[in-house]
Amino acid sequence: MAVPTIVRERTPQLVVLAVILALNGIISPGFFSIEIQNDRLYGSLIDVLNRGAPVTLLAIGMTLVIATKGIDLSVGAVMAIVGAVAASLITSGYSLPATLAGSLFVGLACGVWNGALVALLDIQPIIATLILMVAGRGIAQLITEGVILTFNDKPELIFVGSGSFLNLPMPVIIWIIVAILAILVVRRSALGLLIEAIGVNRRASTLSGVNSRVILLAVYAASGLCSAIAGVIAAADIKGADANNAGLWLEMDAILAVVIGGTSLLGGRFSLVGSLMGAMIIQSLNTGILLAGFPPEFNLIIKAAIILIILIVQSPASQAAMANFRANRQTVAVKTESREHAAR
Amino acid sequence: MKNSKYLPLLATFVVFVLAYIICVSVFPNMLSTRVAGNLLTDNAFLGITAVGMTFVILSGGIDLSVGSVIAFTGVFLSVILRDTSIHPLVAFAMVLVLTTAFGAAMGGVIFFLEMPPFIVTLAGMFLARGISYLLTTDSVPINHPFYSTLQDIYFLMPGGGRLTLIAIIMLVVFAVGIVIAQRTRFGTYVYALGGNLTSAQLMGVPVAKTTIGIYALSGFLAGLSGIVFSLYTSAGYSLAAVGVELDAIAAVVIGGTLLTGGYGFVAGTFLGICIQGLIQTYIVFDGTLSSWWTKIVIGLLLFGFIALQRGLMWMSERSARNMRHASAAQPSSA
Amino acid sequence: MANAQPLLSVRGVSKAFLGVSALENVDFTLQAGEVHALLGENGAGKSTLIKIITGAYRRDEGEVLLEGVPIHPRDVVDAQKLGIGTVYQEVNLLTNLTVAENLFLGRQPKRFGLTDVREMNRRSRAILDTYGLHIDVTAPLANFSVAIQQVVAIARAVDISGKVLVLDEPTASLDAHEVEMLFAVVRQLRARGMGIIFISHFLDQVYEIADSITVLRNGRLIDTVPVAGLNRLKLVSMMLGRQLEADIKRTIDPTTAQSDPLVSLRGLGKRGNIDPLDLDIRQGEVVGIAGLLGSGRTETAQLVFGIERADSGTISVAGKPINMSSPRKAIAQGFAFCPEDRKTDGIVGDLSVRENIIFALQAQRGWMRPLSRSEQETLADRYIAALDIRTSDREKPIKFLSGGNQQKVLLARWLATNPRFLILDEPTRGIDVGAHAEIIRLIIDLCERGMALLVISSELGELVGYSSRIVVLRDRKMVSELTGEEISTDHIMKAIALHGASGEAA
Repeated sequence: MAVPTIVRERTPQLVVLAVILALNGIISPGFFSIEIQNDRLYGSLIDVLNRGAPVTLLAIGMTLVIATKGIDLSVGAVMAIVGAVAASLITSGYSLPATLAGSLFVGLACGVWNGALVALLDIQPIIATLILMVAGRGIAQLITEGVILTFNDKPELIFVGSGSFLNLPMPVIIWIIVAILAILVVRRSALGLLIEAIGVNRRASTLSGVNSRVILLAVYAASGLCSAIAGVIAAADIKGADANNAGLWLEMDAILAVVIGGTSLLGGRFSLVGSLMGAMIIQSLNTGILLAGFPPEFNLIIKAAIILIILIVQSPASQAAMANFRANRQTVAVKTESREHAAR
Repeated sequence: MKNSKYLPLLATFVVFVLAYIICVSVFPNMLSTRVAGNLLTDNAFLGITAVGMTFVILSGGIDLSVGSVIAFTGVFLSVILRDTSIHPLVAFAMVLVLTTAFGAAMGGVIFFLEMPPFIVTLAGMFLARGISYLLTTDSVPINHPFYSTLQDIYFLMPGGGRLTLIAIIMLVVFAVGIVIAQRTRFGTYVYALGGNLTSAQLMGVPVAKTTIGIYALSGFLAGLSGIVFSLYTSAGYSLAAVGVELDAIAAVVIGGTLLTGGYGFVAGTFLGICIQGLIQTYIVFDGTLSSWWTKIVIGLLLFGFIALQRGLMWMSERSARNMRHASAAQPSSA
Repeated sequence: MANAQPLLSVRGVSKAFLGVSALENVDFTLQAGEVHALLGENGAGKSTLIKIITGAYRRDEGEVLLEGVPIHPRDVVDAQKLGIGTVYQEVNLLTNLTVAENLFLGRQPKRFGLTDVREMNRRSRAILDTYGLHIDVTAPLANFSVAIQQVVAIARAVDISGKVLVLDEPTASLDAHEVEMLFAVVRQLRARGMGIIFISHFLDQVYEIADSITVLRNGRLIDTVPVAGLNRLKLVSMMLGRQLEADIKRTIDPTTAQSDPLVSLRGLGKRGNIDPLDLDIRQGEVVGIAGLLGSGRTETAQLVFGIERADSGTISVAGKPINMSSPRKAIAQGFAFCPEDRKTDGIVGDLSVRENIIFALQAQRGWMRPLSRSEQETLADRYIAALDIRTSDREKPIKFLSGGNQQKVLLARWLATNPRFLILDEPTRGIDVGAHAEIIRLIIDLCERGMALLVISSELGELVGYSSRIVVLRDRKMVSELTGEEISTDHIMKAIALHGASGEAA
């Protein structure tokens, strides 16, 4: 029962994803072939899942933030900070669990900082998260002391980025687990409902007894945590922390993924599954453009086009126009009906 | 109370003076026109685009596309000058028309589709960067003799400092920006939009024209900034000027402009640019500090100013309430 | 006066929204040199009429003549150019601009193509001087009190338009002293020959400033009368509607009046909102709050429910004092509150009827203890059936329901929390007749089952019908408390209309 609903609600995203994947298949005939080497699945499709891990993770947190009518611009910078923390912890001799715990804690703290500015100080989300977006990379540099901190000799951390488990690359396993956890927590508890309600009408929610501040704080904290996981994966993947480039512009991709997934920037109803599909669409595009031999930069134009289309679809102005159009048709129908009555 | 409008500007000025005193007391050499000239030259392109950003933010909007537009301008110029015999001045005019139209188009989308400027200009950022990539992904040098001529123009200041052409252009842009903001209808309309859109509409402000005009101006200045950047680097590169929009926004906010719009001054942005320049210069002089301190200090300043603005808003709300109570407590005639 | 050509004349104007009539065949005549008050409760059609005159709405039928010439203002700016200026309660100027810029926005004097700031300031000072206002015109408008902002707004409107001035509740947030200052300005403009339309809920002020009064009710013109010699009681009954049938009253069990109060307010008040008042509400009792708009009705409810913090007094629940600092605290005490403004304070528009119904209960349980889907559906279906909520589907977004059904959903939201004490702010406003009767029946039913209710309503007949006691508010003060035989529309209207101490009401 649940699956068909998801399919029905996310048809446009599924169609777009299918079309892009099909195009990729045409461009590169081997696109859909998957093979096992050394107990790990290989193939372009697996690559899409794997490369898409950071954006997917960011999109999960971003979805919750956007559902509350907010935005988190700092996720890319938080990735850089957390990558730096992970690298410096592991190179200072800490164990993998300690490194991971420390890294996630730092990400959570970044999220709580953003959440406090938004929920407690009532600063606009775009402004509040801009602070960390600007300062974050500097902080990351401070941690790595200005160099690309590598950890080629730490296989346990590298495993998080390029190891495999059950034949699947670790990043894929991680984002799938995080996604499932997030969906369970949000949809099996009342959190999803409360988040949507705050995004639709914060005042009415507060008046109905929702603790809006705490929930706002929580979604930004969740976004920080997701960024932290993405940051660890990104660092583990390149076996080092690159404060300048880790997660660069990924906040934009994450926002795009959420919007493609059908969650409105104006808050309210959200779909984590939609955002996951959005992230996959973006990654398939990236891969497809590479396969087609276009310069990778080409997909910026495609992204711009996607934003433009979504803008037109989601815009209050065009929605009002659509509603007007529908209402007019109804009035016409009613009028015809009444005329028919009169004729009788 | 009366000065609350100027308080952020005053804070900016105090920060600037303090920063300057710290710099000079640590490195007395920084007190020279040479350093000042370099500071202005190095930040000329940022300053020019920050003026546009000031107008955008004053109106309650944001423009994330400026960095990409600067890169596009540089790439466009370098490719045109490499592949055709068009004179640079003509190329300048062409690119300014393009970037102005680009900004105007974004303004149109923002107004007519009623979408947040943030997301519209994000699309613009992707688009401009993407088009520059399409033109070329290489760094294309510009060796036109006219460029050399322009680069050699400077005004020698007492003390040996050079006020280069591009620094002069920036100063002129700031001066013109101040006049537009303070002394034209358009300028007042910009403040009006940032103050309260509904009231502005009721008072007869042409919202569509003004919105389009603001983003067109920002596009024009980003184009001009791109020209200056190409003069500064003698090249066009599609990966250039990444993150300049953030630096420009930071300069505007540190310059005392309210990020939610309606309050602020173009002159403040100039101080904001100078503060950023001072931080960079200090780091260069120090030699052991790395450049990432710039980001952290700017982030701290950003937080400081946003918190200051928030605090001022709370205070004015409270004093408005107290004002009411005080007058309510007066014996009434009725 | 009857022979003189009226300054503004509205003839047979009608306006409907989506088939619902807001204004029906209304006439309105404004003479030059007249202050004409436009009165009526919410939904009477005042604001619709004003918006038609000022160009914010297009009329469906009828005509508007300015100095005998038919006008068709396209928008507010167009109406301003024709000579009709408006000043709203929420000052519609730009507080971030200077006083002078506000006065001259869009028409700044120029010199060499640039704004001549000196000339603009000089002329601003000259304009404000005529109103006896000597302020620094170069300071931002935000630096000044609302009263001064109002005068600046009037000065701008008069300077641009100059014929008709519409004052839409200009005094709602002013104190007595400031009102006097504003009225001095209005008198001066009247003397200059302007026509002024004055909208206010404060009858004292209407009597003080207006020459004639037009009363609207339910979109219809009730009457236009001169103020001189107009009986207050008659005016209030024109506004609120005189019930032709005798008041129908519920029989009240006298024993409830002796039980201990569930909620007691002692000296509860907040400056600028409502003066301190004492009130007890017992279980099985409906306490009605009557008063005109702006009398402090909603403000009282907001203090009780913790939306606004009181600056004096206490609230006790079942004898224990409670620190009512947020709606959550109130809800924890078994309080519930259906707000007046359903759209901004009540419904969560994009969520379904089901989600809106279980919303408060879910918020109370916390996010960790979700109601299962089947529990939600049972609950929703139960209330949809019990309150006869007309919706094609419980999953329909609530924003697509009619006002009456939205109100029932909000009631269901609170009933689902099983409250001890229910506050209803205008529960029957703007809803259809059928739903109206059902909600009244529900109020009585809840009361008889032992709930304590506090109901705010402008519908006096209705309030008399179900209340065990009625509190009358006027000018942010409690002026009377009616019990037993005293409860009647007559007594309420007298209490609202009469000057002097509360004792005179009966």
